[in-house]
Amino acid sequence: MSDLATLTLAGARDALRRKKISSRELTTSFIKEVEGARGLNAFVTETPELALDMATRADARLSRGEAGILEGVPLGIKDLFCTKGVKTTAGSKILGNFVPTYESTVTRQMFDAGAVMLGKLNMDEFAMGSSNETSAWGPVISPWQRKGSNTPLVPGGSSGGSAAAVSARLCLGATGTDTGGSIRQPAAVAGITGIKPTYGRCSRWGIVAFASSLDQAGPMAHTVRDCAIMLQAMSGHDPKDSTSAPIAVPDFEAAIGKGVKGMRVGIPKEYRLDGMPAEIEALWAQGIAWMKDAGAEIVDVSLPHTKYALPAYYIVAPAEASSNLARYDGVRYGLRVNGDDVIDLYEKSRAAGFGREVQRRILIGTYVLSAGYYDAYYLRAQKIRTLIARDFEQAFEKCDMLLTPTSPSPAFGIGEKTDDPISMYLNDVFTVTVNLAGLPGISVPAGVNNEGLPLGLQLIGRAFDEATLFRAGQVIEDAAAFKARPDSWWK
Amino acid sequence: MTNRTGKLIEGATGKWEVVIGLEVHAQVLSKAKLFSGAATAFGAAPNAQVSLVDAAMPGMLPVINEFCVEQAIRTGLGLNAKINLVSVFDRKNYFYPDLPAGYQISQYKQPIVGEGVVLVDMPNGDTIEVGIERLHLEQDAGKSSHDMHPSLSFVDLNRSGIALMEIVSRPDLRSGEEAAAYLKKLRTILRYLGTCDGNMDEGSMRADVNVSVRKPGAEYGTRCEIKNVNSMRFVQIAAEYEARRQIDLIEGGGKVEQETRLFDSRTGETRTMRSKEEAHDYRYFPDPDLLPLEFEQALVDRIKASLPELPDARKQRYVSQFGLSPYDAGVLVSDAETAAYYEEVAKGRDPKIAANWVTGDLFAMLNRLNLSITQSPVSAANLGALIDLIADNTISGRIAKDVFQIMVETRDAPGAIVEARGLRQVTDTSAIEAAIDAVIAANPDKVAEVAAKPKMAGWFVGQVMQKTGGKANPAVVNQLLAKKLNLPG
Repeated sequence: MSDLATLTLAGARDALRRKKISSRELTTSFIKEVEGARGLNAFVTETPELALDMATRADARLSRGEAGILEGVPLGIKDLFCTKGVKTTAGSKILGNFVPTYESTVTRQMFDAGAVMLGKLNMDEFAMGSSNETSAWGPVISPWQRKGSNTPLVPGGSSGGSAAAVSARLCLGATGTDTGGSIRQPAAVAGITGIKPTYGRCSRWGIVAFASSLDQAGPMAHTVRDCAIMLQAMSGHDPKDSTSAPIAVPDFEAAIGKGVKGMRVGIPKEYRLDGMPAEIEALWAQGIAWMKDAGAEIVDVSLPHTKYALPAYYIVAPAEASSNLARYDGVRYGLRVNGDDVIDLYEKSRAAGFGREVQRRILIGTYVLSAGYYDAYYLRAQKIRTLIARDFEQAFEKCDMLLTPTSPSPAFGIGEKTDDPISMYLNDVFTVTVNLAGLPGISVPAGVNNEGLPLGLQLIGRAFDEATLFRAGQVIEDAAAFKARPDSWWK
Repeated sequence: MTNRTGKLIEGATGKWEVVIGLEVHAQVLSKAKLFSGAATAFGAAPNAQVSLVDAAMPGMLPVINEFCVEQAIRTGLGLNAKINLVSVFDRKNYFYPDLPAGYQISQYKQPIVGEGVVLVDMPNGDTIEVGIERLHLEQDAGKSSHDMHPSLSFVDLNRSGIALMEIVSRPDLRSGEEAAAYLKKLRTILRYLGTCDGNMDEGSMRADVNVSVRKPGAEYGTRCEIKNVNSMRFVQIAAEYEARRQIDLIEGGGKVEQETRLFDSRTGETRTMRSKEEAHDYRYFPDPDLLPLEFEQALVDRIKASLPELPDARKQRYVSQFGLSPYDAGVLVSDAETAAYYEEVAKGRDPKIAANWVTGDLFAMLNRLNLSITQSPVSAANLGALIDLIADNTISGRIAKDVFQIMVETRDAPGAIVEARGLRQVTDTSAIEAAIDAVIAANPDKVAEVAAKPKMAGWFVGQVMQKTGGKANPAVVNQLLAKKLNLPG
């Protein structure tokens, strides 16, 4: 099919409903794309037969006029979502052969809405990483390359497979999860759109946990509208998740097109980092100009505790992870390496099953929760978290949303930062605050740097006000008219 | 607290005071687990009652069972304790194969129930007041079996996730006997409330016993914790053994080390399980999968209004309303079934006579046959009917004892037994007179004796009763004898 290069999820949805195309045809085309792009290592499990079966059923519903929100639309699913009968590894050897007997709430809702699953997408192990290099199944190669260079670049992370699959047009959209920026940062460096909704908007039931108080599922797709459509299907209260919000889900797509005239856009001064690359600085200024042109009022705001966010995040997230990952002990499921006794079995299984970054974070998390250190680290980090949330509340008294860069740098080369965890953690500097405060944040592609690599702008909204982000995100999308595409070098 | 000096233990260097506190784990009476919908029935096949949450499958999340919360509130109210409208679930992290998630969800800094008090009656008539420090909700772990295979261990997760209430007492107990009595009283209260079945042999209730010793008036000594003691008797034995061990250790020049100990029920001894150095660092932190547990005072009020009459109040009522002795009242209220049985017997009858029958013949019989009151072959209705037969002079008290025995054997109603066996009391004066006349005529020597010694009349009563097969109304016999023998009325 010739128009896959420009087809959006919304476009496919409309074409399917108007019977201009069948889901089977569309799915068949995408299966071929997926097979042709194995060099990117974006998919860890391909499910072509399942996809065709789902497409056939979608076509039947379409022909009966019973189309759901995502009827017949081929998508990729991050390998952190448990999918019934389909291997779910979380990018880890310790779950290398794990096949869930249950479907995560988010994927069940999407499949109930008619979505077609092409397969499971590569990711940083247990979503711990910003480059997709910690995956047990090897790094994902970004479809993007620097102008005149074939150095392999990272697609961002942890939802790196999702970002690469969407930007290489292997699917119309993908699920991601975002604990500290894992949807927004890869979306930004891969030139696509991704939204981390408000904490509690999407159920976490059936998503392999990294840091429970921060994890949130969200969509990654080509356009703001595509994300709105996907999030519609993913959202909603789930009694099986105590932290899921019993709040009605508005019509997200309906918010698009309303513009930002008269809205106040806050610019947090603390996000202007020392040594920030000029291209990021320029992009941000451009974004401010676009919002002004669209009739928004620009307001300077302060988020004074921003500088403590990254350290607080790297205490809270590993602390929760150290406990969440304790269940992977080789006893009931997943990898087991037998030992002399049960302690030996634990040690051998976990040493063989977890990669270095995961082990590092388990150790950090165990340390900060230990007797004698809890108050100095965990408790203090939680206090900072409260202060950060209050910063945002105070800022939102002056504005309706915040505009910031998504990531401090464009995509970097594979292996460039793997020996320097601190530099890797800095990728999250603009995104972790949003997770710590539980707010929604969207990244929209806004331009490319002088090497031709995509850059993204982030909009941060009030809790449960994703609608404003879709509305304003569309303004950026329209103004940026982002048309850059990676060369299809992998084909 | 009163200084219960009578409880002191004699050592080589003088008297010692034993200080005991109990942490009781009581399984919440609930059809479903604390954070999952899996069933909780005792005795199911291994791993037959395990949900995805209980097995800690990836991505599974806990959801609080509101009924268990209500049970904890109910228990807190029964312990006269403060109910905390906001409490927090924490994770207690440690690795063990029967703990699937690698952490137990418990309550650490903010429990659902705060301070309370339990009154415990001792057999010598003393009432001791035991402070409750807190009650918190937590999950039970599964069960590991190490004796089913030469090299493998087996894990049964049926218990995994079952709701427990950990009830922590203050160190207010001063002997093994008091500790056992406190545990018994606690069980009585929980059973009255219907929040725990108290079946210690099924593991529904178990106690960690904290023991230390000190010279009277001194600071608390170093304590040892004896884990998972599963009967009242064992609590007493373990506490007594441990106190003596600590006294001997100190008097021998040693020092008590803070440690966790195990009780061996075969030898009655305790032994080291793990020392303080080996103690786990549980890395408690608030469970991010659960919101703080919050409820309105209205819920507490609603539960309070639905509480049954509790043993202390019921005992008070038996003393003031029925005129029972505090001891009898205490015995009758010690479990809800006995109290219910007693009240059915006493209804519309003399409450003291009812109490005598229940605490006397009935208890003796149940004891002899090793039956609980709910298994009694004599129903409360039948025992009541028996008392009625005495009251309306249908049978004598002596015959009643025989009828009771027949009731135990046949389970028949007393009225039917009396009729079928012709045990009805003879009140017909002419029949009794005839019997008296016959005895007098046959025993002129006794008649002469009784004239000199009126107490001899008892002999005549016995003879007359024998002649009438015990069925003569004793009052009528006495009255007629007095007249015929010219005794002072």
